[in-house]
Amino acid sequence: MSTALTDLRPELHGPQQLDGTVHGKIRRANREGFKINWWMSALLLVASLTILIPLYFTISMALKSPEQAASGTGFAWPADPQWENFSQAFVLTNYPAAFMSTAFITVISVLGALAASSMVAYAIVRNWDKKFFRLSYIYLLSAMFVPFPVVILPLIKQTAMFGLDNPLGVAFIHIVGGISFNSLLFIAFLRSIPIELEEAARLDGASTWQTFRKVIFPLLAPMSATVGIFAFLGSWNDFLLPQMLIADPAMQTLPVVQQLFQGQFNTNYSLAFASYLMALAPTLVVYLFAQRWIMSGVMRGAVK
Amino acid sequence: MIIPVLILFALFSTVPAIIGGFFSFTNYAGYGDWKMIGFQNFRNIFSDPEILASYLFTFFFAIVATLTVNVVALLLALGLNAKIKFKTGIRGIYFIPMVLSGLIVAYVFNYLFSTTVPTLAETFGFSPLATSILANEHWAWVAIVFVTVWQGAPGATIIYLAGLQSIPADVTEAAALDGAGAWRQIRSISIPLIAGYVVINIILGFKGYLGTYEIIVALTGGGPGTATQSVAMRIFSGFAGGDYSYQMANAIIFFIITLIISLLQLQVLRRREVSL
Repeated sequence: MSTALTDLRPELHGPQQLDGTVHGKIRRANREGFKINWWMSALLLVASLTILIPLYFTISMALKSPEQAASGTGFAWPADPQWENFSQAFVLTNYPAAFMSTAFITVISVLGALAASSMVAYAIVRNWDKKFFRLSYIYLLSAMFVPFPVVILPLIKQTAMFGLDNPLGVAFIHIVGGISFNSLLFIAFLRSIPIELEEAARLDGASTWQTFRKVIFPLLAPMSATVGIFAFLGSWNDFLLPQMLIADPAMQTLPVVQQLFQGQFNTNYSLAFASYLMALAPTLVVYLFAQRWIMSGVMRGAVK
Repeated sequence: MIIPVLILFALFSTVPAIIGGFFSFTNYAGYGDWKMIGFQNFRNIFSDPEILASYLFTFFFAIVATLTVNVVALLLALGLNAKIKFKTGIRGIYFIPMVLSGLIVAYVFNYLFSTTVPTLAETFGFSPLATSILANEHWAWVAIVFVTVWQGAPGATIIYLAGLQSIPADVTEAAALDGAGAWRQIRSISIPLIAGYVVINIILGFKGYLGTYEIIVALTGGGPGTATQSVAMRIFSGFAGGDYSYQMANAIIFFIITLIISLLQLQVLRRREVSL
């Protein structure tokens, strides 16, 4: 019986096994199924120029002298790279202040989104049998249908009234605005977590709060990554809220301060592009370093 | 645990909506005194050609942008899901736009459209593009759609990729054994099976593009004239323009229209879903 079996598997007997040729053949045959689609690869590479060209263009413009920037198409690589464009733009837009303001809003928004949405999701999922929590869920979801322009005008007045016409207020609105969608993600994820873990914690005498902090929140980590990435990108790149809500120009965020170059400095293109590049740099750098992690995080959100 | 969050939520989303709704029945300018004027604002809006034009433009733009983004994203997802060389690198490039600020991206494209493209067109003697597309009231929307797709396609692509990867391998293998070619597999298996993801993308996309703001601000500022002015832009001008209550009424109408559309979309698209 056993011999019959080995007969069917030529790689297991005979001298071929020693020199590995048959092995090689088998592997090659396997690889036939995973043929690389060269035509598609080439097409995608060419099409990716639509992304790369504007980026190259931004970098090359940022390094030009004002004279060179004003002539031609802008595609030529700078003859004499002007690194001082960056230092000039740095001073002109008060880059450190704008950076700090943007970072402040982003940190508060991300932490707030994680804390608020995960707690709400936990409360709703574990009390699904109670009417109040089911209604809360519907209430939170219904807010997803309200377009932002509907609340913005009263919101501007309201934040000013509460003394929140500053970066803190912007972060606040980001958190509130994201609760619907983020809770939805957490709720979907929480339903897949077995309740036994919590029951065990309960038996050991943990309070609801302790159970949430020590058992549930750590388990939510993969979804927290997803929510955190969305919150980070959404608050870092946001233009509308800071522009509308922040009263003090000195506290404006990176995207908003770029408007300088549409007004009084609108002919100094190389300076403008240097400033754009510095504003784009932080998220680009984060993306380059955490690309795999970001992709898997965002994908997870899409599957749910 | 849930009570404080609900209170905050009500305070910063429901309360403003109700206050705004109330003021849409007044003549409040955003400051000073006001009095009730009933439905006057709504009546004025229905006879205001500028508002009508902004609605037409907004819906036209949202439909075109949603369709274009989803077609591009679906093609990209199918391509990136194929067996390609340098997969990680190519994917890495395609998702860059997702992390960039839409406003700044649009500023960069503003220069490309208004300076670089015309200069190139002149060099090659292609006269239709020798003047900036952004200054052309009939075609400026093309530039806005282009930048929206550039920035919005990666996000939709990710959702489609997730959908494609959720298709069990044995289904496609079975199709291949039955002699289905690549195109047939995509048409008869991949597309029907990711219909649910198409629903998500279309609903989220359409709602988002109705509120497009920063890309228009950076490219055309709503111009030339008011050719590319979106409803959101008009509403946001309610403070600076001193027509707070008027724009609030506009916002309420906008809300009702988007709500009806969202519900219709859900109804129509739900029926088309295929599940394994």
